[in-house]
Amino acid sequence: MNERVLMCGNEALAEAAIQAGCDAYFGYPITPQNEITAYMSRRMPEENRVFVQSESELAAINMVFGASATGKRAMTSSSSPGISLMQEGISYLAGAELPAVVVNVMRGGPGLGNIAPSQGDYFQATRGGGHGDYRTIVLGPSSVQELVDCMPLAFDLADQYRMPVVVLADGILGQMMEPVVLPKTRDEGRGTRDEGRASRIRVLPTKDWALTGANGRPQNIIRSLWLVEGVLEKLNYKLRDKYEQIQKNEVLCEQYEVSDAEIVVVAYGIAARIVRGAVDKAREEGLKVGWIRPITLWPFPTEQISRAAEEFRVFFVVEMSLGQMVEDVKLAVAGKAPVLFYGRPGGGVPTVEEILDKIKQLTLPTKNR
Amino acid sequence: MSMKKVFTRTPTFKDCPTHYCPGCGHGIAHRLIAETIDELGIRGRTIGIAPVGCSVLAYNYLDVDMVEVAHGRAPAVATGMKRTNPDKIIFSYQGDGDLAAIGTAEIIHAAHRGEQITVIFINNAVFGMTGGQMAPTTVLGQVTATTQKGRDARSEGYPLQISELLAVLPGAIYVERCALSSPAQIRKAKKAVKHAFELQVNGAGGLSLVELLSPCPTYWRMSPVKAMDWLEKEMTNAFPLGRLKG
Repeated sequence: MNERVLMCGNEALAEAAIQAGCDAYFGYPITPQNEITAYMSRRMPEENRVFVQSESELAAINMVFGASATGKRAMTSSSSPGISLMQEGISYLAGAELPAVVVNVMRGGPGLGNIAPSQGDYFQATRGGGHGDYRTIVLGPSSVQELVDCMPLAFDLADQYRMPVVVLADGILGQMMEPVVLPKTRDEGRGTRDEGRASRIRVLPTKDWALTGANGRPQNIIRSLWLVEGVLEKLNYKLRDKYEQIQKNEVLCEQYEVSDAEIVVVAYGIAARIVRGAVDKAREEGLKVGWIRPITLWPFPTEQISRAAEEFRVFFVVEMSLGQMVEDVKLAVAGKAPVLFYGRPGGGVPTVEEILDKIKQLTLPTKNR
Repeated sequence: MSMKKVFTRTPTFKDCPTHYCPGCGHGIAHRLIAETIDELGIRGRTIGIAPVGCSVLAYNYLDVDMVEVAHGRAPAVATGMKRTNPDKIIFSYQGDGDLAAIGTAEIIHAAHRGEQITVIFINNAVFGMTGGQMAPTTVLGQVTATTQKGRDARSEGYPLQISELLAVLPGAIYVERCALSSPAQIRKAKKAVKHAFELQVNGAGGLSLVELLSPCPTYWRMSPVKAMDWLEKEMTNAFPLGRLKG
């Protein structure tokens, strides 16, 4: 499977997960990600792998927990309200240090919201929507091809760091069709090519912690309850050390025309696709505009943005929300430059012209300076 | 004269001090499971699931691979395990708060799908770990931390017979209720636990569940002996013993 095929994002990510060695998929129907469940219900049995339509998202994430505890690669997918229900399980996965891949094809919220594309779950994904002191790795692809490339990476990161990894897509990415090249089937016990990082191969640790039956060895216990004084604190420090390693080693982001830019637009996911079009048009009109696109939303490309803020320029954050990632940009810029924001919540999708217009409005004060 | 050893610890039951209260039924239930695992010779391929509640630390006593899961979610976790590992023996150990309150959806749907797992359901008519609050299985008139004048059907509903509910589902192939109240009853309970595991070992094709009525002297505010007596005389009125299915 190396030729280009036309697929919608939801089906493409599902096939990419299969190619990445996903042993089990558990899910509950919710729009706009139903193509994933339908595709998996057909393809997983073909591969002699596991598909279960669960009775709820609570059950789905706990089925993932069970499969993962036995050392299998397991995933679930849902959309915003369903992901809220999964937060309990995600916290337990983080506490028990179990790998898992969770795809969120975001829709409008809060509440039942609507089924239009949105980026309103950034806080929930990057801040850990469940209880306790934990992080999840969050990948924010902006094309169907990148969605496909995210899947083997997500499984590898989950296995390497023993933690849940969230793939944060949205209704447009899930639904739209684009030509994609699907990844080659991975070798067992070895990572896949990570194109963003000089094609290095990940060597994944063996899962000696997995519950496989205590045959000729002492029992394995997977738990997240630590009652004895100080033990949980130690575990939290261990998790912190792991998270620091991830922040050091796993940041992915893309930059375009930043060096001479007076305005740097920061956007992720499908919003970044729209921003790209607007920035190209702005450049055609002679405006000095560039963009930075975080691919990992956690770990956030704080250093990259901080470096860009060393020269005076305006940062302009565009999101399909009322402003969530903008807080991380502000933390990275740390007062060194103005950070402005434009967002469309509730399923609103900005047009290229709309963003271009906003960029032009920003250039006025800089020209007068 | 040489002495003959007639009773000993079964290997899968760990040699350690208990954290359970005097007269608690959990220790007995754990032992029945450990004996079953050893008699069937399945220790090397058994995975157990501990609930939230007093028995969250079940892995301290049962020497098999075990996982501790969120309150009520054990049947979903068991589903994930068994579907990906059909050759393993998967059992969950769940209390009445866990299985009959917060985890009602998970147990009903695991049974409904006919998951090939074994469920040991401990019914002691209260939430033990959190301080003796009303459970769905609290009997009428029973005083608990949250039914201080006794459970009243008009405001708190009736004791939930979840085993009867499960028994009507085609996917549940064996459902039996036993009591940990006397040596005779415990011997019956052992047979039921063993049968429930055997069905899974033999690939009988569905969910097997044994409900064990279990004393909680601490939150029944009784002596252990009185608790055994109350269990047999009162609790079995709300929860009749016997095989409900299979």
